[in-house]
Amino acid sequence: MKCGIVVFPGSNCDHDCYHILKHVLQLDTHWIWHKDEVLNSFDFIILPGGFSYGDYLRPGAIARFSPIMKSVIDYANQGGRVLGICNGFQILVESGLLPGVLMDNEDQRFICKNLTLRVENNETPFTSQCTPGSVLKIPINHGQGRYYADDDTLKRLTDNGQIIFRYCDATGNTSDEANPNGSLDHIAGVANATKNVMGMMPHPERCADPLWPEVDGQLIFKSLIQSSLAHS
Amino acid sequence: MTASTPITPEIVAEHGLSPEEYARIQELLNRDPNLVELGIFSAMWSEHCSYKSSRPHLKTLPTEGSRVIQGPGENAGVLDIGDGLAAVFKIESHNHPSFIEPHQGAATGVGGIMRDIFTMGARPIALLDSLRFGDIGHEKTRYLLNGVVKGIADYGNCVGVPTVGGDIYFDACYNGNILVNAFCLGIAKADRIFLGSASGVGNALLYVGSKTGRDGIHGASMASAEFDDATEEKRPTVQVGDPFTEKLLLEACLEIMKKDWVVGVQDMGAAGLSSSSFEMAERAGMGMELDLDAVPRREEGMNAYELMLSESQERMLFVVEKGRESEALDIFRKWDLDVAVIGRVTDDGIFRAKENGVEVVNLPIQTVVTGALKCDRPTRKPAYLAEVGALDLSSRDVPADCGEVLKQLLASPTIASKQFVYEQYDHMVRLNTLVLPGSDAAVLRVPETDKALALSVDCNPRYGYLDPYVGAQIAVAEACRNVVCAGAEPIGVTNCLNFGNPENPEIMWQFQEAVRGLGDLCRFLDIPVVSGNVSLYNETKGEAIYPTPTIAVVGLMADRSLHCTQGFKQEGHVIGLLGSTLEELGGSEYQKLFWNECRGKPPRLDSKTEQSVHRLCLDLIRKRLIQSAHDCSEGGLAVALVESCMTGPKLVGAAIELNGDMRADVLLFGESQSRIVISFSEDALHGIETLAKKAGVPFFVLGLMGGQDFQIKINQKESINENILMLEDIWKNSLSRYGNRVAG
Repeated sequence: MKCGIVVFPGSNCDHDCYHILKHVLQLDTHWIWHKDEVLNSFDFIILPGGFSYGDYLRPGAIARFSPIMKSVIDYANQGGRVLGICNGFQILVESGLLPGVLMDNEDQRFICKNLTLRVENNETPFTSQCTPGSVLKIPINHGQGRYYADDDTLKRLTDNGQIIFRYCDATGNTSDEANPNGSLDHIAGVANATKNVMGMMPHPERCADPLWPEVDGQLIFKSLIQSSLAHS
Repeated sequence: MTASTPITPEIVAEHGLSPEEYARIQELLNRDPNLVELGIFSAMWSEHCSYKSSRPHLKTLPTEGSRVIQGPGENAGVLDIGDGLAAVFKIESHNHPSFIEPHQGAATGVGGIMRDIFTMGARPIALLDSLRFGDIGHEKTRYLLNGVVKGIADYGNCVGVPTVGGDIYFDACYNGNILVNAFCLGIAKADRIFLGSASGVGNALLYVGSKTGRDGIHGASMASAEFDDATEEKRPTVQVGDPFTEKLLLEACLEIMKKDWVVGVQDMGAAGLSSSSFEMAERAGMGMELDLDAVPRREEGMNAYELMLSESQERMLFVVEKGRESEALDIFRKWDLDVAVIGRVTDDGIFRAKENGVEVVNLPIQTVVTGALKCDRPTRKPAYLAEVGALDLSSRDVPADCGEVLKQLLASPTIASKQFVYEQYDHMVRLNTLVLPGSDAAVLRVPETDKALALSVDCNPRYGYLDPYVGAQIAVAEACRNVVCAGAEPIGVTNCLNFGNPENPEIMWQFQEAVRGLGDLCRFLDIPVVSGNVSLYNETKGEAIYPTPTIAVVGLMADRSLHCTQGFKQEGHVIGLLGSTLEELGGSEYQKLFWNECRGKPPRLDSKTEQSVHRLCLDLIRKRLIQSAHDCSEGGLAVALVESCMTGPKLVGAAIELNGDMRADVLLFGESQSRIVISFSEDALHGIETLAKKAGVPFFVLGLMGGQDFQIKINQKESINENILMLEDIWKNSLSRYGNRVAG
């Protein structure tokens, strides 16, 4: 199994993703440099968190023009599995691979903390190892994670099962208190219509090393491994 | 202004140089300096760069030990932590700029301290920030708090180095001078430490990083003078940070440092290109030749004066072996950084710089770096001490409702939870943070080993005001105690000494006493001081801050699984106390809050007792006899107990019984030192008693955890009985309610 992590200038969760995939899950893991123009064959690729191009202008707005992104878009359009985490999610939205936008958090502050998400759809390559409706404990770490989409888009996402995660409390109920950033409909992660591209604001790589008591993040990566095995 | 501008006494004064200093320059050079040269002397001889007031005192600090690889004098201190690895760390102030422009001031403080760490060849893995703000009622405090926190967050989060802890105090003494002290820790290979030394004739000087702009000119001189009514006009002297470039610079530097042809490197910090080039050449006993036309710049028309003195951020000066220039340029260009060969190392000890082919600087390097007039500043015991030294408790009533006192203490922004602040910082990136913010010390695993490092920063300024010697000792003791409570053995200290105007003999006395206290305790505990920074002139219109010798301590534990946290773990566990409570309230948060005064003596500190408590606590943690350990500090025993109730895996109440003939407020809220609240399962009681007795440390069983109420009885009489959920709401939300308030 071969996977790749795209390194943009300013990516800073790239090492953490690499550590989980390479050392914890023992995958053949490769760096993909943003100046590369050709994407080799991978079972899946990850756009990691961080501050690509300093998040200057708008998170993801400059990274979408990186030389590698054309190949990432081609790869996704051919059915390749792409996971965007945090800044990676922002880049996927900016590049048009995922619908909606990510705006400043409601209270205008950066938030780093552990919280809980509810799995809304487990019939995706990213969540197949999760039970539907189950609650995952995964931290967030962002200043611009407030998801928004227009009414038509939201309806389409809902009808088509593209809302993959919602913020919730420890018992699985959504509420304004459990929504850290004011995201529309408590959305924490969405997929494209064909479910081979997903973006999520929470950081599964931060809770996937068994050195720590919380390892719910492993479910996301194990789902990707499982679905890749099924395809190979 | 150009090199040919004639030097008048007014120009000399504008450069912060005294007539005596100018005469010395003329004498050393045997001629008049030109304006560029004067600017260089001004920066290099400023208090900020030359340490001319503080150096004689700093020399008395203990800086040696078996782990010390590099002590003070370089970009950061380095300690051997085994497994071929080294801990590289330092704390530094960015006080003056942060008051003038809190967001950029704090941001560039964080950027600067990180560069100090990675110039040594270390990857930064953790940041701490020690912040001091004015009274929360002061009109600027909320703006400064929010600006500083956002500045730290924007910079640290973007670079991807976690901010894992720190401390924050509020006191009116900081109304006109806030403190922003930033600490960074990195890990390096012990045999790959890089120093700021420019050796080897003909070797190339490489300028790397951001382009040079006109920002921060005279920053070093600004930080070497008091504030007055015109301080706001100094905003242009504050630098502007670019964390994105810092991130690229960090990765590029760590990549190039794998090459064996890198000779030396230094950050262009205060006094920019001047200090980095002069200091590197001086350390190697060499000279330098610079072509200023090669320096990358942001705008046209910048002259030699501006290029030599700009404090634009995210710039480094590398020395690489002759012939390796193109390889070096390739690496930096891969990371899209500006880079240029701007000069060569020479062997004659002279610094020469050319602009448009004309020599504009020709200075003997050693003269500039070490020639500043030695200041043997006079000292005098401050007059205020006689007035504030006395405290007659008999004239102060014991409060009728101690529960109410407790609630008000928990709401005090100095004591209240700092969650509002640390949730704005990425404290998890790089997956090393074993103990997240909110416990006594942050704990980080050391990658690829079983070890962990515990970090804490501390200083109670009120103790320092009442007695700077004891205040500095308590700062060391408490930072060590925090690290010990996490299960680590303190191995090194870095300090940031924040004081008022050293030209005032009373301030200089405070400084001298604090350094003496710091040195004495570190010597006794055998913990070397390996790096540090001095920030003087924290004074506005004659009002100085309280002496604030901020101390950061690094602790090491061999087995990271043996780390400990402050929160109570399980209903039914027993609560105990190591150490004794004495009749003392001087300098306490309680005294300030209820009597609006800071007087008396600070808590006593007995070095031997402190050491015994550390050793016992570590022993108990390593033998797995205790489940939590929490230092008693501001707010005393009562606050420490509630904090442990609120910070475990589950909120839990406690039933506590205290006995003795002391006043209730002393027992509950006094801040006696060398005390640690512990908890354990009942079957460990005998073992703990035995070890405590052997260690000669007083040990008391205080009560049990459980239920939803927080109760304290004194001599069988109920003193406090409050719902723990309500206490938690007060403690957890006070600071965010304050920080988020829009007006008023």
